Amino acid sequence: MANNLNSNNPNVEYEYRRRRNAEEMRHQVISFAISIFLTLVAFGAVYAGFDKWFVVPVILLLAVVQVIFQLYYFMHMGNKGHEAPQLFLYGGAIIGFSILLGFLTIVWW
Amino acid sequence: MHVEQPYTPKTWPESPERATLEGKNKFLGFWLFLGGETVLFASLFATYLALKDKVPNPATDVLAKDLFELPLAFLMTMLLLTSSITSVYAIYHMKNYHFKKMQAWLLITVLLGLGFLGLEIYEFYHYTHEYGFGFTTSAFSSAFYTLVGFHGAHVVFGLGWIIALMVRNAKRGLSLYNAPKFYVASIYWHFIDVVWVFIFTVVYLMGMVG
Repeated sequence: MANNLNSNNPNVEYEYRRRRNAEEMRHQVISFAISIFLTLVAFGAVYAGFDKWFVVPVILLLAVVQVIFQLYYFMHMGNKGHEAPQLFLYGGAIIGFSILLGFLTIVWW
Repeated sequence: MHVEQPYTPKTWPESPERATLEGKNKFLGFWLFLGGETVLFASLFATYLALKDKVPNPATDVLAKDLFELPLAFLMTMLLLTSSITSVYAIYHMKNYHFKKMQAWLLITVLLGLGFLGLEIYEFYHYTHEYGFGFTTSAFSSAFYTLVGFHGAHVVFGLGWIIALMVRNAKRGLSLYNAPKFYVASIYWHFIDVVWVFIFTVVYLMGMVG
């Protein structure tokens, strides 16, 4: 890493890394708070007893948003060196979604 | 350089989980495995949605809306979600080369995971004994137990994995040999939480809505 920092002083590099880790940790705590909030909204929407055709799309959307937070903050999928994980996970997600659509079309049609 | 050589916080590399060839390979292979897991769980979700409320006698048999209760699903969700952030803390301390703090946060993660597992066992027991809702009761019950049970089995495996790592490395301390192991286990634990987000939405919340 020293090459990217224009410094050969190990203390400077160490301080920089610690601070960056701490900042990343702060982002993760914020995304945890957002996840809790999204969960509360989803459970609240069902508890309040809104119309089915309103609630189902909303809670599915909330789930997708929450999963994106998990993948990008908790599992670091946006960090550098994560091109292969993105390929694998999105590849899996696309295949999985096709299976879902296929099943539902065959069974419900 | 030996992989088990002792480090200090200052000499500890930036991405210890990928500092060795073994670590790089673990990282790559594990994400490929998670891609496969995504397909596996998508198939189970597809099966569940296709067979939801498909019972021999819809007038008298137990349906999703009779079965699920919000408070229990909510409590389980909170436990698993919190265990996700505690394992993030563990990896944060791993990156700062604080072995003791990492172990402490992993222990909290394990306890939360055990709490979740206990509630799930209670839930299945409750359904089988008070509703007569067993694995072979209906197509709906089989699909439900297969999907949620598969997730529960992942929780069991994840707990065993993290406990094994904690015990095995308790006296060893952090090294480039075990850093990738801890990292990969934490990614697995987050993936379990990702699957649960869809389970509580698709199975419990959509089941309550009808």
